[in-house]
Amino acid sequence: MADTIEVDGKQFAVDEEGYLANLNDWVPGVADVMAKQDNLELTDEHWDIINFLREYYEEYQIAPAVRVLTKAVGKKMGKEKGNSKYLYSLFPYGPAKQACRFAGLPKPTGCV
Amino acid sequence: MSETVKKFMYLNRKAPYGTIYAWESLEVVLIGAAFDQDVCVMFVDDGVYQLTKGQDTKGIGMKNFSPTYRTLGDYEVKRIFVDRASLEARGLTQEDLVEIAYEDFETEEEIDNIVEIVDSQRVSELMDESDVVFSF
Amino acid sequence: MSILHTVNKSTFERNSLESCLKFATDGAAVLLFEDGIYAALSGTSVEPVMAGALGKLNVYVLGPDLKARGFSEERVIKGISVVDYAGFVDLAAEHDKVQAWL
Repeated sequence: MADTIEVDGKQFAVDEEGYLANLNDWVPGVADVMAKQDNLELTDEHWDIINFLREYYEEYQIAPAVRVLTKAVGKKMGKEKGNSKYLYSLFPYGPAKQACRFAGLPKPTGCV
Repeated sequence: MSETVKKFMYLNRKAPYGTIYAWESLEVVLIGAAFDQDVCVMFVDDGVYQLTKGQDTKGIGMKNFSPTYRTLGDYEVKRIFVDRASLEARGLTQEDLVEIAYEDFETEEEIDNIVEIVDSQRVSELMDESDVVFSF
Repeated sequence: MSILHTVNKSTFERNSLESCLKFATDGAAVLLFEDGIYAALSGTSVEPVMAGALGKLNVYVLGPDLKARGFSEERVIKGISVVDYAGFVDLAAEHDKVQAWL
């Protein structure tokens, strides 16, 4: 994994696992570029989760573990979205880990 | 998940920010939550300061991890205790502490605040009942 | 001659403040910061000790550390002055030396 990713001609520092080094650097283009690297095309459904994670972080100062994310999504968006099958269909590398990375958050706390 | 569920107690005795113990403990609790054990989080002595409301760390340039305590319910931590004598010695009451909600996703049972103030004897009992005490 | 004493440990956990108050002489300044700020709050078991010290010492508390820990200036014992970082620097400059009770 490179130490930086390029978004709209600008370099963004990332850690060894590809998570954005500085949360405040994040722009939506970061998610697009990271998704492309993972061979994903981001849809509105992906963005709902990415934005949800950013709001969650803003409120609780933490990137939630996958179980916690699933539960919280269910509470906010309904049980048809708050289940791991749906979330894995969007983020095949793990809804918390991959979506948190796209959202510019650190690696989720409690994901082993 | 695992066959034998153990009773874990996380015992917090340090104030936040001055040392790293409070944050380390919180991280261990959240990471440990993945193992589906019976967890209780106990705050005694200066540990009660971890739960004060209205923390604002902008002025000291440190991460404010106070909002993260409110996710403990989401992480399936249902039992959070505060030693009454420690609170009283510090001129604090439950009013000064954050509220942590818990909702059971299956049964939709909701508890507005799982932070429970207990007397010292109950602290001892809970400690005796625990299989493991993690001390911070 | 005059000393600025600083205390950054919780008085409920260490004896830093106790020693500081024992050795500080009349007219000296004491600045409470980091976990030392808890001693500046009213309603605690050490409030009588602090109130007693105010008779002979000038006591200050660092505002940003109060705020970080969730306490407003209203919770501070009357007679203790709240200062910011610039005030901390001024205090250090005004006194001949700084004694840190670690």
